[in-house]
Amino acid sequence: MTRLGSDRRHPVRFKLNGKPVEAEAEPRTLLSDFLRQQIGATGTHVGCEHGVCGACTVIVDGMLTRSCLTLAVQADGCELQTVEGLAPSPDRLGILQQAFRRNHALQCGFCTAGILMSLDHYLRRHPMPSEADIRDLLSGHLCRCTGYTPIVKAALEAAAELATTSEEKSDA
Amino acid sequence: MKPAAFDYVRAESVDEVLEGLLNEGGNARVLAGGQSLMAMLNMRLAKPRLLIDIMRLKELNRIEEQAGMVTIGAGVRQAALLAWPELARTQPLLALALPWVGHVQTRSRGTICGSLAHADPSAEMPLALIALGGEVHLRNARRRRRVAANEFFLGMMATARAEDELIEAVSFPAQGRGKCAFREVARRHGDFAIVACAAVATSKGIRFAVGGVADVPMARDLPRLEGSALDDALNGFAYELDARDDVHATARYRRDLVRIIGRDLVREVLQ
Repeated sequence: MTRLGSDRRHPVRFKLNGKPVEAEAEPRTLLSDFLRQQIGATGTHVGCEHGVCGACTVIVDGMLTRSCLTLAVQADGCELQTVEGLAPSPDRLGILQQAFRRNHALQCGFCTAGILMSLDHYLRRHPMPSEADIRDLLSGHLCRCTGYTPIVKAALEAAAELATTSEEKSDA
Repeated sequence: MKPAAFDYVRAESVDEVLEGLLNEGGNARVLAGGQSLMAMLNMRLAKPRLLIDIMRLKELNRIEEQAGMVTIGAGVRQAALLAWPELARTQPLLALALPWVGHVQTRSRGTICGSLAHADPSAEMPLALIALGGEVHLRNARRRRRVAANEFFLGMMATARAEDELIEAVSFPAQGRGKCAFREVARRHGDFAIVACAAVATSKGIRFAVGGVADVPMARDLPRLEGSALDDALNGFAYELDARDDVHATARYRRDLVRIIGRDLVREVLQ
Protein backbone atom coordinates (compact mmCIF):
# COMPACT_ATOMS: atom_id res chain seq x y z
CA MET A 1 0.00 0.00 0.00
CA THR A 2 1.47 3.32 -1.05
CA ARG A 3 0.22 6.28 0.85
CA LEU A 4 0.64 9.51 -1.07
CA GLY A 5 1.29 12.19 1.53
CA SER A 6 -0.70 15.40 1.48
CA ASP A 7 2.40 17.53 2.06
CA ARG A 8 4.20 16.84 -1.20
CA ARG A 9 3.80 16.36 -4.91
CA HIS A 10 3.73 12.96 -6.53
CA PRO A 11 4.44 11.99 -10.12
CA VAL A 12 1.34 11.44 -12.25
CA ARG A 13 1.62 9.89 -15.71
CA PHE A 14 -1.10 9.23 -18.24
CA LYS A 15 -1.76 9.29 -21.94
CA LEU A 16 -3.36 12.50 -23.11
CA ASN A 17 -4.90 12.27 -26.57
CA GLY A 18 -2.52 9.44 -27.35
CA LYS A 19 0.67 11.07 -26.08
CA PRO A 20 2.29 10.23 -22.77
CA VAL A 21 2.45 13.15 -20.33
CA GLU A 22 3.93 13.43 -16.86
CA ALA A 23 3.88 16.03 -14.12
CA GLU A 24 3.57 16.23 -10.34
CA ALA A 25 0.46 16.71 -8.24
CA GLU A 26 -0.54 16.90 -4.59
CA PRO A 27 -3.16 14.29 -3.70
CA ARG A 28 -5.80 17.02 -3.47
CA THR A 29 -5.09 18.45 -6.94
CA LEU A 30 -8.14 18.11 -9.18
CA LEU A 31 -7.66 16.58 -12.60
CA SER A 32 -9.13 19.73 -14.15
CA ASP A 33 -6.48 21.92 -12.50
CA PHE A 34 -3.75 19.42 -13.27
CA LEU A 35 -4.61 19.42 -16.98
CA ARG A 36 -4.69 23.19 -17.16
CA GLN A 37 -1.91 24.20 -14.80
CA GLN A 38 0.61 21.37 -14.87
CA ILE A 39 0.15 20.00 -18.37
CA GLY A 40 -0.87 23.29 -19.98
CA ALA A 41 -3.89 21.75 -21.71
CA THR A 42 -6.23 24.68 -21.20
CA GLY A 43 -8.92 23.53 -23.61
CA THR A 44 -10.75 21.91 -20.70
CA HIS A 45 -12.62 24.63 -18.83
CA VAL A 46 -13.46 24.86 -15.16
CA GLY A 47 -16.89 26.15 -14.21
CA CYS A 48 -18.69 25.18 -11.03
CA GLU A 49 -16.17 22.75 -9.53
CA HIS A 50 -18.84 20.54 -8.07
CA GLY A 51 -19.91 18.46 -11.02
CA VAL A 52 -23.00 20.39 -12.08
CA CYS A 53 -22.07 22.56 -15.07
CA GLY A 54 -20.24 20.01 -17.21
CA ALA A 55 -17.66 22.45 -18.62
CA CYS A 56 -14.76 20.27 -17.43
CA THR A 57 -16.04 17.00 -18.93
CA VAL A 58 -13.27 14.82 -20.37
CA ILE A 59 -12.94 11.12 -21.20
CA VAL A 60 -10.94 8.88 -18.85
CA ASP A 61 -10.47 5.25 -19.91
CA GLY A 62 -13.52 5.51 -22.15
CA MET A 63 -15.75 7.00 -19.44
CA LEU A 64 -17.22 10.47 -19.56
CA THR A 65 -15.72 12.13 -16.51
CA ARG A 66 -16.13 15.41 -14.70
CA SER A 67 -12.48 16.32 -14.32
CA CYS A 68 -13.37 18.57 -11.35
CA LEU A 69 -14.72 15.49 -9.52
CA THR A 70 -11.61 13.46 -10.21
CA LEU A 71 -8.19 13.70 -8.61
CA ALA A 72 -5.12 13.93 -10.78
CA VAL A 73 -3.62 10.99 -8.87
CA GLN A 74 -6.67 8.88 -9.78
CA ALA A 75 -5.87 9.38 -13.46
CA ASP A 76 -2.38 7.92 -13.07
CA GLY A 77 -1.92 5.19 -15.68
CA CYS A 78 -5.16 6.04 -17.51
CA GLU A 79 -5.90 7.13 -21.07
CA LEU A 80 -7.46 10.56 -21.36
CA GLN A 81 -9.12 12.40 -24.18
CA THR A 82 -9.74 16.12 -24.07
CA VAL A 83 -10.99 18.70 -26.53
CA GLU A 84 -7.45 19.19 -27.84
CA GLY A 85 -7.67 15.73 -29.39
CA LEU A 86 -10.82 16.31 -31.44
CA ALA A 87 -9.46 18.09 -34.49
CA PRO A 88 -7.88 15.73 -37.04
CA SER A 89 -5.04 18.20 -37.64
CA PRO A 90 -4.13 21.68 -36.37
CA ASP A 91 -5.59 23.37 -39.46
CA ARG A 92 -8.74 21.31 -39.73
CA LEU A 93 -11.87 20.90 -37.62
CA GLY A 94 -13.65 17.58 -37.06
CA ILE A 95 -17.17 16.96 -38.34
CA LEU A 96 -18.77 17.75 -34.99
CA GLN A 97 -16.71 20.92 -34.59
CA GLN A 98 -17.63 22.06 -38.10
CA ALA A 99 -21.31 21.49 -37.34
CA PHE A 100 -20.94 23.63 -34.19
CA ARG A 101 -19.42 26.43 -36.26
CA ARG A 102 -22.05 26.24 -39.01
CA ASN A 103 -24.94 26.33 -36.53
CA HIS A 104 -23.54 28.95 -34.16
CA ALA A 105 -23.74 26.31 -31.44
CA LEU A 106 -21.47 28.38 -29.23
CA GLN A 107 -21.17 31.98 -28.31
CA CYS A 108 -18.80 32.60 -25.41
CA GLY A 109 -17.46 29.05 -25.75
CA PHE A 110 -16.99 28.42 -22.06
CA CYS A 111 -19.19 25.31 -21.97
CA THR A 112 -18.23 24.10 -25.43
CA ALA A 113 -15.24 21.86 -24.66
CA GLY A 114 -17.27 19.76 -22.24
CA ILE A 115 -20.25 19.52 -24.57
CA LEU A 116 -18.03 18.48 -27.47
CA MET A 117 -16.51 15.71 -25.38
CA SER A 118 -19.94 14.40 -24.32
CA LEU A 119 -21.23 14.49 -27.90
CA ASP A 120 -18.09 12.94 -29.36
CA HIS A 121 -18.29 10.10 -26.83
CA TYR A 122 -22.03 9.64 -27.40
CA LEU A 123 -22.06 9.79 -31.21
CA ARG A 124 -19.34 7.15 -31.47
CA ARG A 125 -21.56 4.75 -29.55
CA HIS A 126 -25.00 5.89 -30.76
CA PRO A 127 -24.73 6.81 -34.43
CA MET A 128 -28.48 7.44 -34.93
CA PRO A 129 -29.55 9.62 -32.00
CA SER A 130 -32.98 11.23 -31.71
CA GLU A 131 -33.41 14.82 -30.63
CA ALA A 132 -34.65 13.51 -27.26
CA ASP A 133 -31.44 11.49 -26.84
CA ILE A 134 -29.32 14.56 -27.53
CA ARG A 135 -31.34 16.70 -25.14
CA ASP A 136 -31.03 14.07 -22.42
CA LEU A 137 -27.27 14.00 -22.94
CA LEU A 138 -27.11 17.80 -22.85
CA SER A 139 -28.98 17.86 -19.52
CA GLY A 140 -25.55 17.17 -18.03
CA HIS A 141 -24.24 20.51 -19.31
CA LEU A 142 -25.10 24.13 -18.68
CA CYS A 143 -24.92 26.64 -21.53
CA ARG A 144 -26.06 30.15 -20.77
CA CYS A 145 -25.64 31.65 -24.26
CA THR A 146 -27.31 29.50 -26.87
CA GLY A 147 -30.53 28.21 -25.35
CA TYR A 148 -29.31 24.79 -26.54
CA THR A 149 -31.33 24.79 -29.79
CA PRO A 150 -28.32 25.36 -32.08
CA ILE A 151 -26.32 22.78 -30.11
CA VAL A 152 -29.02 20.16 -30.66
CA LYS A 153 -29.14 21.07 -34.34
CA ALA A 154 -25.37 20.83 -34.70
CA ALA A 155 -25.31 17.45 -32.94
CA LEU A 156 -28.02 16.00 -35.19
CA GLU A 157 -26.35 17.37 -38.30
CA ALA A 158 -23.01 15.93 -37.25
CA ALA A 159 -24.64 12.56 -36.52
CA ALA A 160 -26.23 12.49 -39.98
CA GLU A 161 -22.97 13.46 -41.62
CA LEU A 162 -20.99 10.89 -39.66
CA ALA A 163 -23.50 8.21 -40.66
CA THR A 164 -23.08 8.92 -44.38
CA THR A 165 -19.43 9.83 -44.51
CA SER A 166 -16.81 7.28 -45.46
CA GLU A 167 -14.28 9.16 -43.39
CA GLU A 168 -12.80 7.64 -40.30
CA LYS A 169 -14.95 8.20 -37.23
CA SER A 170 -11.94 9.67 -35.53
CA ASP A 171 -12.87 12.85 -37.39
CA ALA A 172 -15.88 13.29 -35.11
CA MET B 1 -13.42 25.65 -4.21
CA LYS B 2 -10.53 23.25 -3.88
CA PRO B 3 -10.34 20.38 -1.39
CA ALA B 4 -8.39 20.74 1.84
CA ALA B 5 -5.24 18.61 1.97
CA PHE B 6 -5.48 14.86 2.46
CA ASP B 7 -3.38 11.75 1.94
CA TYR B 8 -4.39 9.36 -0.81
CA VAL B 9 -4.18 5.59 -0.95
CA ARG B 10 -5.11 3.44 -3.89
CA ALA B 11 -6.12 0.25 -2.10
CA GLU B 12 -4.84 -3.01 -3.49
CA SER B 13 -7.02 -5.24 -1.31
CA VAL B 14 -10.18 -4.98 0.78
CA ASP B 15 -8.07 -5.66 3.87
CA GLU B 16 -6.08 -2.52 3.15
CA VAL B 17 -9.29 -0.52 2.99
CA LEU B 18 -10.49 -1.91 6.32
CA GLU B 19 -7.10 -1.35 7.95
CA GLY B 20 -7.07 2.25 6.76
CA LEU B 21 -10.58 2.88 8.07
CA LEU B 22 -9.68 1.32 11.42
CA ASN B 23 -6.42 3.22 11.89
CA GLU B 24 -7.74 6.64 10.93
CA GLY B 25 -10.96 6.49 12.90
CA GLY B 26 -13.40 8.98 11.49
CA ASN B 27 -10.71 10.79 9.48
CA ALA B 28 -10.69 8.43 6.51
CA ARG B 29 -13.22 8.38 3.71
CA VAL B 30 -13.71 5.76 1.04
CA LEU B 31 -13.47 7.16 -2.48
CA ALA B 32 -15.44 5.22 -5.09
CA GLY B 33 -16.92 7.03 -8.09
CA GLY B 34 -16.48 10.38 -6.35
CA GLN B 35 -19.65 11.95 -7.74
CA SER B 36 -20.88 12.96 -4.29
CA LEU B 37 -17.76 12.84 -2.15
CA MET B 38 -15.58 14.92 -4.48
CA ALA B 39 -18.19 17.69 -4.55
CA MET B 40 -18.28 17.60 -0.73
CA LEU B 41 -14.47 17.82 -0.65
CA ASN B 42 -14.39 20.69 -3.15
CA MET B 43 -16.89 22.62 -1.05
CA ARG B 44 -14.97 21.62 2.08
CA LEU B 45 -18.08 20.15 3.63
CA ALA B 46 -15.86 17.11 4.19
CA LYS B 47 -12.22 17.38 5.28
CA PRO B 48 -10.87 13.86 5.73
CA ARG B 49 -7.20 13.21 6.49
CA LEU B 50 -7.11 10.17 4.22
CA LEU B 51 -8.93 9.11 1.07
CA ILE B 52 -8.97 5.39 0.29
CA ASP B 53 -9.64 4.77 -3.40
CA ILE B 54 -11.39 1.40 -3.89
CA MET B 55 -11.99 1.55 -7.63
CA ARG B 56 -9.15 -0.75 -8.67
CA LEU B 57 -10.44 -3.62 -6.49
CA LYS B 58 -11.87 -6.21 -8.85
CA GLU B 59 -13.55 -8.14 -6.03
CA LEU B 60 -15.81 -5.14 -5.34
CA ASN B 61 -16.74 -4.70 -8.99
CA ARG B 62 -19.29 -7.51 -9.17
CA ILE B 63 -22.99 -7.86 -9.89
CA GLU B 64 -24.34 -11.19 -8.67
CA GLU B 65 -27.79 -12.65 -9.08
CA GLN B 66 -29.29 -15.45 -7.02
CA ALA B 67 -32.92 -16.34 -7.70
CA GLY B 68 -33.76 -12.76 -8.54
CA MET B 69 -31.90 -11.21 -5.59
CA VAL B 70 -29.19 -8.96 -6.96
CA THR B 71 -26.07 -8.06 -5.01
CA ILE B 72 -24.09 -5.10 -6.25
CA GLY B 73 -20.52 -4.54 -5.12
CA ALA B 74 -19.12 -1.23 -3.94
CA GLY B 75 -17.15 -0.74 -7.15
CA VAL B 76 -20.09 -1.12 -9.55
CA ARG B 77 -20.77 2.07 -11.38
CA GLN B 78 -24.32 3.24 -12.08
CA ALA B 79 -23.71 3.07 -15.83
CA ALA B 80 -22.48 -0.52 -15.51
CA LEU B 81 -25.63 -1.59 -13.67
CA LEU B 82 -27.81 0.21 -16.20
CA ALA B 83 -26.03 -1.66 -18.99
CA TRP B 84 -26.31 -5.03 -17.22
CA PRO B 85 -28.49 -7.16 -19.54
CA GLU B 86 -30.35 -8.85 -16.65
CA LEU B 87 -31.40 -5.63 -14.95
CA ALA B 88 -34.88 -5.17 -16.41
CA ARG B 89 -35.76 -8.83 -15.79
CA THR B 90 -34.47 -9.07 -12.23
CA GLN B 91 -34.88 -5.54 -10.91
CA PRO B 92 -37.43 -3.60 -12.94
CA LEU B 93 -37.65 -0.81 -10.36
CA LEU B 94 -33.91 -0.15 -10.59
CA ALA B 95 -34.20 -0.16 -14.38
CA LEU B 96 -36.86 2.57 -14.09
CA ALA B 97 -35.08 4.65 -11.44
CA LEU B 98 -31.46 4.52 -12.60
CA PRO B 99 -31.88 6.82 -15.62
CA TRP B 100 -32.95 9.50 -13.12
CA VAL B 101 -29.70 9.29 -11.15
CA GLY B 102 -27.66 12.31 -12.15
CA HIS B 103 -26.69 12.56 -15.80
CA VAL B 104 -24.94 10.34 -18.34
CA GLN B 105 -21.74 12.16 -17.43
CA THR B 106 -22.03 11.36 -13.70
CA ARG B 107 -23.54 7.86 -13.95
CA SER B 108 -20.45 6.88 -15.93
CA ARG B 109 -18.36 7.28 -12.76
CA GLY B 110 -20.78 7.22 -9.82
CA THR B 111 -21.47 3.97 -7.95
CA ILE B 112 -24.67 2.49 -6.50
CA CYS B 113 -23.12 1.97 -3.05
CA GLY B 114 -21.63 5.46 -3.09
CA SER B 115 -25.07 6.93 -3.59
CA LEU B 116 -26.31 4.94 -0.59
CA ALA B 117 -23.33 6.03 1.52
CA HIS B 118 -23.98 9.68 0.70
CA ALA B 119 -27.67 9.27 1.65
CA ASP B 120 -29.04 12.39 0.08
CA PRO B 121 -32.74 12.50 1.02
CA SER B 122 -33.78 13.10 -2.59
CA ALA B 123 -31.55 10.45 -4.18
CA GLU B 124 -33.10 7.63 -6.19
CA MET B 125 -31.01 4.65 -5.07
CA PRO B 126 -31.81 5.05 -1.36
CA LEU B 127 -35.47 5.38 -2.36
CA ALA B 128 -35.34 2.18 -4.41
CA LEU B 129 -33.61 0.35 -1.54
CA ILE B 130 -36.33 1.45 0.88
CA ALA B 131 -39.11 0.58 -1.56
CA LEU B 132 -37.74 -2.91 -2.16
CA GLY B 133 -36.56 -3.60 1.39
CA GLY B 134 -32.96 -4.36 0.51
CA GLU B 135 -29.90 -4.79 2.71
CA VAL B 136 -26.59 -2.99 2.99
CA HIS B 137 -23.53 -5.20 3.53
CA LEU B 138 -21.10 -3.56 5.93
CA ARG B 139 -17.66 -4.80 6.89
CA ASN B 140 -14.92 -3.66 9.21
CA ALA B 141 -11.60 -5.29 10.12
CA ARG B 142 -13.29 -7.65 12.57
CA ARG B 143 -16.73 -8.55 11.27
CA ARG B 144 -19.36 -8.32 8.60
CA ARG B 145 -22.96 -7.31 9.20
CA ARG B 146 -26.03 -6.58 7.15
CA VAL B 147 -28.35 -3.70 7.85
CA ALA B 148 -31.90 -3.57 6.54
CA ALA B 149 -32.80 -0.57 4.41
CA ASN B 150 -35.20 0.92 6.95
CA GLU B 151 -32.49 0.84 9.61
CA PHE B 152 -29.69 2.11 7.39
CA PHE B 153 -30.81 5.67 6.66
CA LEU B 154 -30.79 7.66 9.89
CA GLY B 155 -31.24 11.20 8.64
CA MET B 156 -30.10 13.68 6.05
CA MET B 157 -26.76 12.31 4.81
CA ALA B 158 -26.51 10.14 7.91
CA THR B 159 -26.41 6.34 7.87
CA ALA B 160 -25.90 3.41 10.23
CA ARG B 161 -22.42 2.82 8.80
CA ALA B 162 -19.83 3.04 11.57
CA GLU B 163 -16.68 5.06 10.91
CA ASP B 164 -14.54 1.96 10.50
CA GLU B 165 -16.95 0.22 8.14
CA LEU B 166 -16.87 -0.17 4.38
CA ILE B 167 -20.10 -0.60 2.43
CA GLU B 168 -19.00 -3.73 0.67
CA ALA B 169 -22.17 -4.31 -1.32
CA VAL B 170 -25.91 -3.83 -1.39
CA SER B 171 -28.52 -6.42 -2.15
CA PHE B 172 -31.93 -5.85 -3.63
CA PRO B 173 -34.42 -8.69 -3.00
CA ALA B 174 -36.06 -10.54 -5.87
CA GLN B 175 -38.88 -8.47 -7.23
CA GLY B 176 -40.84 -11.38 -8.62
CA ARG B 177 -43.41 -10.67 -11.27
CA GLY B 178 -45.08 -7.86 -9.37
CA LYS B 179 -45.41 -4.61 -11.21
CA CYS B 180 -43.60 -1.48 -10.16
CA ALA B 181 -43.58 2.16 -11.11
CA PHE B 182 -41.35 5.17 -10.59
CA ARG B 183 -41.83 8.88 -11.13
CA GLU B 184 -39.88 11.96 -10.24
CA VAL B 185 -40.40 15.69 -10.42
CA ALA B 186 -37.28 17.84 -10.75
CA ARG B 187 -36.62 21.19 -12.36
CA ARG B 188 -34.48 19.46 -14.95
CA HIS B 189 -33.97 15.76 -15.65
CA GLY B 190 -31.02 14.67 -13.53
CA ASP B 191 -31.28 17.45 -10.99
CA PHE B 192 -32.07 16.65 -7.38
CA ALA B 193 -35.65 15.45 -7.07
CA ILE B 194 -38.23 17.77 -5.54
CA VAL B 195 -40.27 14.62 -5.02
CA ALA B 196 -39.48 11.10 -6.23
CA CYS B 197 -41.87 8.19 -5.76
CA ALA B 198 -41.69 4.44 -6.24
CA ALA B 199 -44.48 1.87 -6.00
CA VAL B 200 -44.06 -1.89 -5.86
CA ALA B 201 -46.76 -4.57 -5.82
CA THR B 202 -46.65 -6.75 -2.69
CA SER B 203 -48.60 -9.85 -1.70
CA LYS B 204 -51.05 -7.76 0.33
CA GLY B 205 -51.29 -4.70 -1.85
CA ILE B 206 -48.69 -2.10 -2.57
CA ARG B 207 -45.65 -0.49 -1.06
CA PHE B 208 -45.39 3.19 -1.84
CA ALA B 209 -42.14 5.03 -1.12
CA VAL B 210 -41.31 8.73 -1.25
CA GLY B 211 -37.97 10.53 -1.47
CA GLY B 212 -37.15 14.22 -1.39
CA VAL B 213 -39.69 15.12 1.29
CA ALA B 214 -38.59 13.74 4.67
CA ASP B 215 -34.96 13.54 5.86
CA VAL B 216 -34.83 9.95 4.63
CA PRO B 217 -36.82 8.07 2.00
CA MET B 218 -39.97 6.65 3.60
CA ALA B 219 -42.18 3.72 2.61
CA ARG B 220 -45.76 2.87 3.47
CA ASP B 221 -47.49 -0.46 2.91
CA LEU B 222 -50.98 0.08 1.63
CA PRO B 223 -53.74 -2.48 1.10
CA ARG B 224 -55.50 -2.50 -2.25
CA LEU B 225 -57.38 0.77 -2.12
CA GLU B 226 -59.09 2.98 -4.62
CA GLY B 227 -61.21 6.09 -4.79
CA SER B 228 -61.45 8.26 -1.71
CA ALA B 229 -60.01 5.57 0.57
CA LEU B 230 -56.79 5.71 -1.47
CA ASP B 231 -56.81 9.52 -1.48
CA ASP B 232 -57.22 9.56 2.31
CA ALA B 233 -54.38 7.08 2.82
CA LEU B 234 -52.05 9.07 0.55
CA ASN B 235 -53.05 12.33 2.20
CA GLY B 236 -52.29 10.91 5.64
CA PHE B 237 -48.90 9.67 4.44
CA ALA B 238 -48.13 13.01 2.77
CA TYR B 239 -48.66 14.85 6.08
CA GLU B 240 -46.66 12.31 8.08
CA LEU B 241 -43.63 13.02 5.86
CA ASP B 242 -43.33 16.40 7.53
CA ALA B 243 -42.53 18.32 4.36
CA ARG B 244 -40.69 21.62 4.67
CA ASP B 245 -40.47 24.71 2.50
CA ASP B 246 -37.20 25.36 0.75
CA VAL B 247 -35.96 27.37 -2.23
CA HIS B 248 -37.07 24.67 -4.65
CA ALA B 249 -40.65 24.07 -3.51
CA THR B 250 -43.10 24.70 -0.71
CA ALA B 251 -44.17 21.97 1.70
CA ARG B 252 -47.67 22.19 0.29
CA TYR B 253 -46.44 21.64 -3.26
CA ARG B 254 -44.49 18.59 -2.12
CA ARG B 255 -47.58 17.13 -0.40
CA ASP B 256 -49.57 17.78 -3.58
CA LEU B 257 -47.00 15.89 -5.60
CA VAL B 258 -47.05 12.95 -3.18
CA ARG B 259 -50.83 12.73 -3.44
CA ILE B 260 -51.01 13.10 -7.22
CA ILE B 261 -48.04 10.92 -8.14
CA GLY B 262 -49.09 8.42 -5.48
CA ARG B 263 -52.54 8.00 -6.99
CA ASP B 264 -51.11 7.57 -10.48
CA LEU B 265 -48.47 5.05 -9.41
CA VAL B 266 -50.87 2.98 -7.31
CA ARG B 267 -53.27 2.76 -10.25
CA GLU B 268 -50.43 1.88 -12.59
CA VAL B 269 -49.20 -0.93 -10.36
CA LEU B 270 -52.62 -2.38 -9.47
CA GLN B 271 -53.84 -2.35 -13.08
